[in-house]
Amino acid sequence: MTLAIDRIDIHPTHEWGGYRLRPGKPFPFGATLVPGGVNFSIFSSHATSCTLVLFDKHALQPKAEIPFPDEFRIGNVFTMVVFDLDYESIEYGFRVDGPFDPQAGHRFEHAKILLDPYARALGGRDIWGKSPNWDDVYWHRARLVYDDFDWESDRPLEIPIEDLIIYEMHVRGFTRHLSSGVKHPGTFAGIAEKIPYLKSLGVNAIEFMPIFEFDEFENSRIHPETGEQLLNYWGYSTVGFFAPKAGYAASGKFGMQVDELKTLIKELHANGIEVILDVVFNHTAEGNEQGPTISFRGIDNRTYYMLTPDGYYFNFSGTGNTLNCNNPIVRNMVLDCLRYWAAEYHIDGFRFDLAAILGRDPSGAPLANPPLLETLAFDPILGKCKLIAEAWDAGGLYQVGSFPAYGRWAEWNGKFRDGMRQFLKGEAGRVGDVAQRIQGSPDLYEVGGRGATASINFITAHDGFTLADLVSYNEKHNEANGESNRDGSNDNDSWNCGWEGPTEDPEIKALRLRQMKNAVAMLLVSQGIPMILMGDEVARTQHGNNNAYCHDNALSWFDWSLVDKNPDFLRFVTRCIAFRKQHPALRNTTHFRNQDYVGSGYADISWHGVHAWNADWSSDSRILAFLLCGKHARGGTTPDDYIYVAMNMHWEAHTFEIPSLRDGRVWRVFVNTGAAPPEDIWEPGREPTLPDQHYFIGPRSVVILVGR
Amino acid sequence: MNVTIKMVDEVTVTEISGELDGSTAPVAQQRVLSVATVGCRIAMDLTEVPYMSSAGLRMLLSTYRQVTNSGGKVVLTGVAEEIQDTMAVTGFLKFFTLTDTLDQALVALKN
Repeated sequence: MTLAIDRIDIHPTHEWGGYRLRPGKPFPFGATLVPGGVNFSIFSSHATSCTLVLFDKHALQPKAEIPFPDEFRIGNVFTMVVFDLDYESIEYGFRVDGPFDPQAGHRFEHAKILLDPYARALGGRDIWGKSPNWDDVYWHRARLVYDDFDWESDRPLEIPIEDLIIYEMHVRGFTRHLSSGVKHPGTFAGIAEKIPYLKSLGVNAIEFMPIFEFDEFENSRIHPETGEQLLNYWGYSTVGFFAPKAGYAASGKFGMQVDELKTLIKELHANGIEVILDVVFNHTAEGNEQGPTISFRGIDNRTYYMLTPDGYYFNFSGTGNTLNCNNPIVRNMVLDCLRYWAAEYHIDGFRFDLAAILGRDPSGAPLANPPLLETLAFDPILGKCKLIAEAWDAGGLYQVGSFPAYGRWAEWNGKFRDGMRQFLKGEAGRVGDVAQRIQGSPDLYEVGGRGATASINFITAHDGFTLADLVSYNEKHNEANGESNRDGSNDNDSWNCGWEGPTEDPEIKALRLRQMKNAVAMLLVSQGIPMILMGDEVARTQHGNNNAYCHDNALSWFDWSLVDKNPDFLRFVTRCIAFRKQHPALRNTTHFRNQDYVGSGYADISWHGVHAWNADWSSDSRILAFLLCGKHARGGTTPDDYIYVAMNMHWEAHTFEIPSLRDGRVWRVFVNTGAAPPEDIWEPGREPTLPDQHYFIGPRSVVILVGR
Repeated sequence: MNVTIKMVDEVTVTEISGELDGSTAPVAQQRVLSVATVGCRIAMDLTEVPYMSSAGLRMLLSTYRQVTNSGGKVVLTGVAEEIQDTMAVTGFLKFFTLTDTLDQALVALKN
């Protein structure tokens, strides 16, 4: 039997105002539970002194203010252990002293109580939408967390990225609608109840829109019709990078959001579903010099933000400030944050909002070799995480195809979205572009040595129209956002099919449904990684609103009655996903060579039109077909069936000559979007044979054949 | 918070009454573990626990781990519905066998 000997450092050495203390350890930053007490550690390059402020939970006034003794400071780090604190009943903050000299970049204010940038749980917005006390001296309150979750044998799933089918989801929106029928609508626990739905749909990765603590009340606008206060519903405005949003947890009112989120992730993993977080490191919720001082501004303004030479905030994010990501200190914070989420929450991947900003230097200039992006790409803890960039920013830097990738980074492919939408609506001259998009955009990625998996393909995402709205509206309709329809993108490449908004015209309705099927079919047979927007599989509408960031109401929520109203479309999407999963030929990691390198008699990919082997690349063409040779699947390593896809985006029907197969293989019909259900799509593996080598394909229709 | 310990049919019954939070949970845990021998069977009766904080739930799981690691068994009984709900959403529930009554707990521990 081994006897444990008490550590020496569990005993206090100092005392202040009745609190027993000892010098702390600088690492890790933040507040860490240690035997007998709590280790606090916070850094500031320019502060002269720092005070720990302790509150009883929810109390309006501090219970104690303990200055960090100067002998406890190591370098620029203030650190101290306070003993005998009940970790559940206290909240803590800091007062940080230093010069208030905005022109020099310093905005220290002793009067402000500041949030720890490393706080792992926050109080203050415990219950979503509950009006805060604006007179509170401390809005977002750091709390202590026990990182002792029992993961059993769980760990990130490490699904090969080429096999992912991503589902972009708003945590609250997914189950907040009463039709969801879950016990705790709008929460992490609510999502857990809907795992069977996600499994039956077939997606294997969820990308959560921001879940770092944010302030849903950060919006002063009023709904022009109802007079209701609009919110920041999406949450692209981080308050605490290490803290999950308490209001997204049914148990947030008990401060147990950390356990609830981890439980959800563990459940998703157990069901084969990865979790990707949409992370917002380009700016914070503090805005510009007129915004609230919550944390960074008062702790070390000049370090954390990109400042103009006269001390104002650069605004590459379009939200007032820009986080100074390539400052070494801030870079380390971002790294610490991602490591924490990967290690403590078993997160499978990250999608970086406005990631082009992460490649700018402290004066805003784009860097050829951005240290932050390189650091993340080579970090050992993040070594198996998916890293996905939204490769543009609000300052005009557009890096789709040129984002510094280091062999790791994938990108939201905005050109896929644009090109496929234009083709879908029947624009001429798009077939050349579409051919690139369908192949995983080699025109963008091959030069940089990046495979098809660099491309996250999507036709719709949270920004912009839903799929149903894409085929129902020519123009955005954002009046309800309170900005007279000025906000939101004007470049939607959408087409209403003949009438703006809802209609009972059966022809228009049928055409819209077909266009949605066309979009889904083309997305799911394209090389690269498909991403589906929550609710698109049941034709969720936002009534033409293409920027619903502020609507915590039925406009944004997933209406589960659509599952019963649109069963045929849901079936279509589900089967397209199943088909993709069944066919490695659709999930190549490398680009096609446009040649036969296995001796099958067919190139890996070949192009066709109404005539086999003869695609029409002319400028007025709206037709393209392609054939994937199954013997070339995954570079010839994984034999698969042959797949033929014909896309007729012309408004007239055409008869397509189908390329013939060898070795006794026959063509079978998997999809014909021009056919009425149930013959629009067949169960993968049980497709009926094609009777003829000619196929009459209706106007604006997609046909997918499988040869075996 | 108070812990009463008694033996019923070779099962150790620990009756806890009062709230389990950061200050009381360690005390309760110490009392329960003081009777946790190798291969023991423990019924934790929580009928008189109106509220359990994160620390209370952690105490339950930590106790469960220690008892099962030495070949013992733990059953919880009389857990209030709201506490069960919190245990469900935070993942604690699935580690435990729960029963409504002490008699059911005794049966569960004998099987």
